[in-house]
Amino acid sequence: MAGILLSHTEKVYITHGVKNEYRSDGRSNIDYRPMELETDVVSHASGSARLRLANTDILVGVKTEIDVPKPDKPGLGKIEFFVDCSANATPEFEGRGGEQLANSISNIMLRAYQSAQAFNLKQLCIFEGKQCWKLYIDILVTLCRIGEKCVVDPTAEEESCSLVSLIVGVTGNPKYYNDYEDEEELPAFEAKCSVISMHGPGSVSPQNLRDAINQGIIAAVCLDEALGKTLFRERRDTEQFKRHSYGFLK
Amino acid sequence: MATLRVMDSFLMPGPDLLSSQGLRLDGRRPNELRRIRCKLGVFTQPDGSAYLEQGNTKVLAAVYGPHQASKSKSSTEAVVVNCQYSMATFSTGERKNRPRGDRKSLEMSLHLRQALTAAIKTELYPRSQIDIYIEVLQADGGAYCASVNAATLALVDAGVPLRAYVCACTASMAWHGGSPAPLLDVGHVEEAAGGVVLTVASLPSTGSIALLEMSHRLHSDYFENVLSRALQGCRDIEVILDKAVRDHLAEGWTKQDVVTV
Repeated sequence: MAGILLSHTEKVYITHGVKNEYRSDGRSNIDYRPMELETDVVSHASGSARLRLANTDILVGVKTEIDVPKPDKPGLGKIEFFVDCSANATPEFEGRGGEQLANSISNIMLRAYQSAQAFNLKQLCIFEGKQCWKLYIDILVTLCRIGEKCVVDPTAEEESCSLVSLIVGVTGNPKYYNDYEDEEELPAFEAKCSVISMHGPGSVSPQNLRDAINQGIIAAVCLDEALGKTLFRERRDTEQFKRHSYGFLK
Repeated sequence: MATLRVMDSFLMPGPDLLSSQGLRLDGRRPNELRRIRCKLGVFTQPDGSAYLEQGNTKVLAAVYGPHQASKSKSSTEAVVVNCQYSMATFSTGERKNRPRGDRKSLEMSLHLRQALTAAIKTELYPRSQIDIYIEVLQADGGAYCASVNAATLALVDAGVPLRAYVCACTASMAWHGGSPAPLLDVGHVEEAAGGVVLTVASLPSTGSIALLEMSHRLHSDYFENVLSRALQGCRDIEVILDKAVRDHLAEGWTKQDVVTV
């Protein structure tokens, strides 16, 4: 990531602003920047999605393969993550430069999806003990100034004056990802946190940590709702042949 | 003529690439290019970027530079052109385990460097380096050609001085009822069927060839034919790229600003 140089005064300005729930681009502490999402950009993959959040551009592809399930978990399928930081994002990612970042992101994703509540691997089972689906989820980071959640979705400037940054993975509401006919059938949904990861040179007190996690969960639930609605709309548009495919052309 | 017939029978091993009506496996005529869609300035962080689609092959190019060269690579006479060719793991039909660093990607990076160095005015920036990064999002044959074309657009977007556009195109040879019919812009299915594939990267406005590569065998009698078809393809691609560049530049301008010379 290209280095951000901030003077001391600018850092003080940002931290004071955050204390008063006011950020340099006018958002409140838990607002996300506007993001664009498009699915089915790569036709060779079984599924794909492209997410654009301010200066970050991420392309995700999902490929499936039939494989033998693990002997100690015969009823579950397998899921594998691979993150590739493309050199398009910054010259530092050339060759093996982005490997450390890529490995850390794929480890976080793996832990996030390990819990049965986040993603039910039972759905991937074909014949118990004999065959199962293996999902390969490949994430391509084509442009990044990575912002994660603490003050939710910080810009690069905000991140460089933060001491600690916290990543929280929260389970999604199944209502948006399946077609349910009777909405009353659904049990009451409670978002659960499946992975937490901390970065940064500083330390944080337990009370602050708890507040940050709660904040992250609230923001994630709003994000999930927005994403779910967008996916619904896209699915409906595809069914009615209204959808224009843009990919990177827009 | 009799000797030519004998040659034909052990030259053409693969299945028919042309149907009886003269159509190819994807419905194109032998001298038709796949549809090309492109956009300049896709990203804001690199100095220049471009996205190009040639049929189902999708490629992203990003250019950084010219900037100071790393000590090991610096040259006092000319700019160092550094290319990296990388394929996304979901780009091919079979999932690819390593996006870059394997032999094929390194070879492609070298070929890219050769083609682009021929076009860049390298003597203008001694002791500097230009980085060109290619990311193949979907490979359906002709990924190298799409990469060269996308890199040209990205270089134009970055404002790097070029001698001419660099365009690349593939051509192959098929037989239609006994007479040879060169095919333009080979797709993945035609490549896999085992026919010869000639890849040409040229500077169409000057007519010179920067890179030439051929796989399989082709009789020397047919070589000129296939080569001229590929060069014609490069000229056609140059027209498309030029139009895209002009449209991109015209976007921010009103009619009064544009002066036609």
